[in-house]
Amino acid sequence: MKTYLIASIKLTLVLLVLLAGVYPVLVAGIGKLSSGGGGGETVSRNGQVIGFANVGQVFTQDGYFQGRPSAVDYNAAGSGGSNKGPSNPDYLTTVQARIDTFLAHNPGVTRAQIPAELVTASGSGLDPHLSPEAAYLQVARVAQARNLPEQKVRALVQQHVEAPLLGILGPEKVNVLQLNLALDALK
Amino acid sequence: MSTELLGVLVTYLLTLALAIPLGKYIARVYQGQKTLLDFMVPLERLLYRVSGIDPNREMNWKQHLLALLTINLVWFVLAFVILLTQGSLPLNPDGNPSMPPDLAFNTAISFLVNCNLQHYSGETGLTYFSQLTVITFLQFVSAATGMAAVVVVFNAFKEKSSEKLGNFFRYLVLSCTRILLPICLVIAAILAFNGTPTSFDGKAEIVTLQGDSVQVSRGPAAGMIAIKHLGTNGGGWFGVNSAHPLENPNYLTNMTELVAQVLIPIAMVITFGVYIRRKKLAWTIFGVMTVGMLLLLVPMLLSETGGSPTLAQLHLLQPTGAMEGKEVRFGPAISAYWSTVTTIISTGSVNSMHDSTMPLSGAMQLLGMFINCFYGGCGVGILNYFIFLIIAVFISGLMVGRTPEFLGKKVEAREMKIATIIALLHPLLILAGTALACFTHTTYPNADWAVKPSAWLNNPGFHGFSEMLYEFTSSAANNGSGFEGLGDNNVFWNVSTGFVLLLGRFLPIIGPVAIAGLLARKRYVPESAGTLRTDTATFGFMTLAVILIIAALAFFPALVLGPLAEYFTIY
Repeated sequence: MKTYLIASIKLTLVLLVLLAGVYPVLVAGIGKLSSGGGGGETVSRNGQVIGFANVGQVFTQDGYFQGRPSAVDYNAAGSGGSNKGPSNPDYLTTVQARIDTFLAHNPGVTRAQIPAELVTASGSGLDPHLSPEAAYLQVARVAQARNLPEQKVRALVQQHVEAPLLGILGPEKVNVLQLNLALDALK
Repeated sequence: MSTELLGVLVTYLLTLALAIPLGKYIARVYQGQKTLLDFMVPLERLLYRVSGIDPNREMNWKQHLLALLTINLVWFVLAFVILLTQGSLPLNPDGNPSMPPDLAFNTAISFLVNCNLQHYSGETGLTYFSQLTVITFLQFVSAATGMAAVVVVFNAFKEKSSEKLGNFFRYLVLSCTRILLPICLVIAAILAFNGTPTSFDGKAEIVTLQGDSVQVSRGPAAGMIAIKHLGTNGGGWFGVNSAHPLENPNYLTNMTELVAQVLIPIAMVITFGVYIRRKKLAWTIFGVMTVGMLLLLVPMLLSETGGSPTLAQLHLLQPTGAMEGKEVRFGPAISAYWSTVTTIISTGSVNSMHDSTMPLSGAMQLLGMFINCFYGGCGVGILNYFIFLIIAVFISGLMVGRTPEFLGKKVEAREMKIATIIALLHPLLILAGTALACFTHTTYPNADWAVKPSAWLNNPGFHGFSEMLYEFTSSAANNGSGFEGLGDNNVFWNVSTGFVLLLGRFLPIIGPVAIAGLLARKRYVPESAGTLRTDTATFGFMTLAVILIIAALAFFPALVLGPLAEYFTIY
């Protein structure tokens, strides 16, 4: 036991240097070469950082496309899902309330058109995306709030639909922040 | 086929394509044969010299276990002390506090045993220093411990009869320098170039497009996320694990993390076949494990892509499936695949919230952890499978009236006793723990803890029961995922699951190593016409039957009370 103990302590210390010291520093070095320089990829407007490319943001105004509900209000100092199970009656009441809010802000839309992701919380609470259907569904509202022709806004969404990986793997999606940024730039 | 299902299929096939050559490579590493990474030799020599270890000194099975337990004790003390004092240690740009003792106890054990149950959130509960020296470090060495233990078992069957089973420290070091570290560098690079942070900067403060001030947590996460998957650890840098858009930014990183966690468990089966020169046996084992995985995956895929029946009653569209707790960039299909592999493989990382999955999926997740050997954790998956194999050998030996033998060694009462105890330990820990939690919840609802027992559950009814059952299952299986709605950061859960974690880790390592050590000493009986062959489809089916029957007998009542009852309520 004693021989193993001393060897164990020494081995632990050198492995600590290798695995908790050299390794992360090496990875940080690799990260420096990436586009965000290792601090996470940011999005800027007029030289001002206004967000992270992959982290969702709250949009409440009718003139912006709105992302999914979030259990942490898109506060990226933390993260979290609702952890509500499908049989929870309180949860179903919450979803019902979100449906009502959405319908009130989007006249002309019927509930059978609403994709579930628009009224259900994401896993991270920071989901930056919507499905193309969920974005198209908001076109009329956004166009009206901004006094833009619907055609133009719809075309903008279309430009922002990201194809599946290699065109064949996984879902299509729209990055809400990028879309809204482009929307602000529309004349 | 939809792009979402195709993503699942391609991810699995890619895993196989990489795991098979890796398995052969791992066999070469442990046997000391030439490999491409022999330039690591000077580094390894340095490690041995500084620690005063002679890597060629052979150990018997008891010495192996003693060395394993000793170094694990050192790691526990180290981790516990750092977590208790992290608030005053360097690399803490966000100013996070030290952990209270019960949480530090739980966290230190949880990472020591390769479980990675997390009763804290990474953003606020740890510092960069503890993320690296406790979390990342233990993720490497706990995985290497499991791999070293399984090599001892391989050695026991390699030679016809031997006491000498190699050197534990050598296997531990080789697992780190030749397997885990090099592959992690590749994975971390992929993550870094896809947007996962690697720098030591603290939280970023930004004003959003709409004009709100927000903070964004980050840190040197990519390296940790690589080993978290490759070592089947599963503990995330951020609170929501791989659902977090910085921890898992896009579909490519999602595939990478999925391949990474399944890679070594499958490769180890291949290694086994090469190592003991019985490839057919290895393929039989692989076949049983794959059938087992599919039996869990298919129902989970169907129930998640089918959508939530309660949301369907609200007349919502669910074109891709159930979306509560899931991310748009992944979708329900690959999330269901993730939930399957993360529970059968004891990773316990998540890219969607298991608490919000459909009842049938919850049942499959629980079953995956009940069984815990369809591929199974890094190294330990084979050890768990080995227990069932011994039981299957014994039962089928009795059925056909032959002396039970495995690879030329007689399986006798002593080995069977150990195997049975280990097989029964798992349900005991889970069911007794859940019973204790239910008792406490109903009898002492107002106990003065950080979270009162009456406030533990995030969901009422059957689902609430599932939350408690899941927590103990995840602990005993050393999995680490959770029905995260459970209010588990209080003295009851921290301490009770802490002990379950310890028992659920070390006994299932000690048992198989002891059995292998005992068998290795025995005289080799050459195979004859009277030998029950263990590398046939028939025997594979027999093993699967043993696994499923034990799981059904032990866990069916608990499943009925939780997910199955919920299923029949809402469908």
